[in-house]
Amino acid sequence: MKSREAKITQVISNGICVVFTLCALLPFILLFVGSFTDNAWALEHGFTFFPQKFSVEAYRYILDKWQLIGRGFMMTIIVAALGTAISLGISTLFAYGISKSEIPGMKLISFLLIFTMLFNGGLVSTYYCYVNLYHIKDTVWALIVPNFLMNAFNVILIRNYFVTSIPASLEEAARIDGATEYRTFSSIVLPLSKPIMATIGLLTALTYWNDWTNGLYYLSRRNGAKFYTIQNILNNINENLQSILKASTSEIGGGSTADMPSTTIRMAIAVVGILPVVVAYPFFQKYFVKGITLGGVKE
Amino acid sequence: MSDSVTRAGKPGKKRYNWKHYIPYYVMVLPGLIYLLFNNYMPMFGVIIAFKNLDFSKGIFGSDWCGFKNFRFLFGTKDAWTITRNTVGYNIAFFLVGTVLAITLAICLNEVLSKRASKIYQTVILLPYLMSWVIIGYLAYAFLSGETGLINRTILEPLGLQPVSFYQETRYWPFILVLVNTWKGVGYSMIIYYSSIVGISTDYYEAAKIDGATKWKQIRYITLPLLKPTFITLFILTVGQMFRSDFGLFYQIPRNSGPLYAVTRTLDVYVYQALMLNSDYAMSSAASLYQSAVCFVLIVSANYIVRKYQRESAIF
Repeated sequence: MKSREAKITQVISNGICVVFTLCALLPFILLFVGSFTDNAWALEHGFTFFPQKFSVEAYRYILDKWQLIGRGFMMTIIVAALGTAISLGISTLFAYGISKSEIPGMKLISFLLIFTMLFNGGLVSTYYCYVNLYHIKDTVWALIVPNFLMNAFNVILIRNYFVTSIPASLEEAARIDGATEYRTFSSIVLPLSKPIMATIGLLTALTYWNDWTNGLYYLSRRNGAKFYTIQNILNNINENLQSILKASTSEIGGGSTADMPSTTIRMAIAVVGILPVVVAYPFFQKYFVKGITLGGVKE
Repeated sequence: MSDSVTRAGKPGKKRYNWKHYIPYYVMVLPGLIYLLFNNYMPMFGVIIAFKNLDFSKGIFGSDWCGFKNFRFLFGTKDAWTITRNTVGYNIAFFLVGTVLAITLAICLNEVLSKRASKIYQTVILLPYLMSWVIIGYLAYAFLSGETGLINRTILEPLGLQPVSFYQETRYWPFILVLVNTWKGVGYSMIIYYSSIVGISTDYYEAAKIDGATKWKQIRYITLPLLKPTFITLFILTVGQMFRSDFGLFYQIPRNSGPLYAVTRTLDVYVYQALMLNSDYAMSSAASLYQSAVCFVLIVSANYIVRKYQRESAIF
């Protein structure tokens, strides 16, 4: 009786999990297979999981146009690396400061941070400030600075880590040994905070890697296109693949867009865009899970 | 201030003068500057909504116009549509997402094979890591009229009429709930799963001795003990009731005009009014309307939680 129930439980729970796992996976497989489908065949029969004609023409085309795609890749990497580094830096310092709530003024400063989670100026006045007051439009900073440099939620997670996981006695001991506050922070606190740094850093890097909104708001097609990340390119290709590729062909000189694999190339560029995330993800999975549980189940 | 005074006066405590505080103030300075520019300037900037914006005069120099922009906004029928869409989708997302996430979390916890459980978790979370642009491509591969899987591989061989998904409104409430759940269910699943893992096995042992079936254990132990997590997520959802995921509502319907009635939310409306029409009056009014209602919702949701379940309060 008992073993029968146990068996049924295994079948049902595994069954449901398998169904969801397949649902999560299938669209990616369709994208992947679609990118290797022969363009003419895809136009005639549509995208399927089992195309009868394969081709690598889409990828060959991307290699031909590597000037465009490769630059997008470089921009994505630069923006994600710079953004994550700056963001981790100022968030960690800020979190360490407000973790010392006994210092006069720190409670007020914490409140200033928390208030940003309650009220925000919204897109319109943020846009106005960045464009008309700070003149960030069509610069590389447009992709890095707005919105993502300091996330109140992440700062609070780091602060909680400092408060709960770094023994006050250690800092006290360092001080008695004559270390300055900066020294204590860099040689005692930071080395002990590697787990939370890895988690928050990874989440921030992913935010930058996936962001397309800052590019949409603050990069114009005429003057900002040189800063387009992979996501911005994908977003713009959606609207007008032809003109973007035409522009890049005329730059290179010669070559027509007539033989362009118009349908499958979108799929191929998308595959190139997600490949780094998919490849890196299994190695970092535990940090993502950690970050999610930290955020969801508070303290 | 009084804090430091009493502290300094206490015997035995290490005496700190203000010099020792300076490093900490220096450390918070970059963050404070960023908050000032990124968050607080735009907060003051919301007065655009009450102005006739004139670029040559700037925000502060422009003339006041009272509530004129809001009267315009609420005079259109768009105001009602975008509010309904924003709130309606949030409710649907929360209901569907929660039911599926809890079901999945319970199943995941029952799976005996560690390896299988790890694989399920990893793959189900994968869509959460993708940008909306990519998901827009994935959706297009299924929904497109010319090359979409649904039209060409499923409907056509069955001899059914093709569906122009990007033209017809009636499918979109389902598509949007489906896509949002597809992306987000892994995230909430992991939150619920981690609280289930935290439940003491003693409860289940005791229940087994009393002869409780698996179903009864879930019904009377697991579900009640998930309540605090549920409430935390519920509060977060209530606080965000007036926000929508711009990516979802902008990328998945591919900005298709005929669908606006069911796909346009506050965030999409603000974006379109600002970027496509440069209509600062309408967009700033809609934007402030959203921020203000959000503020009220978050503060009151948190107030209620503080009263009934203090440990789940957000601040």
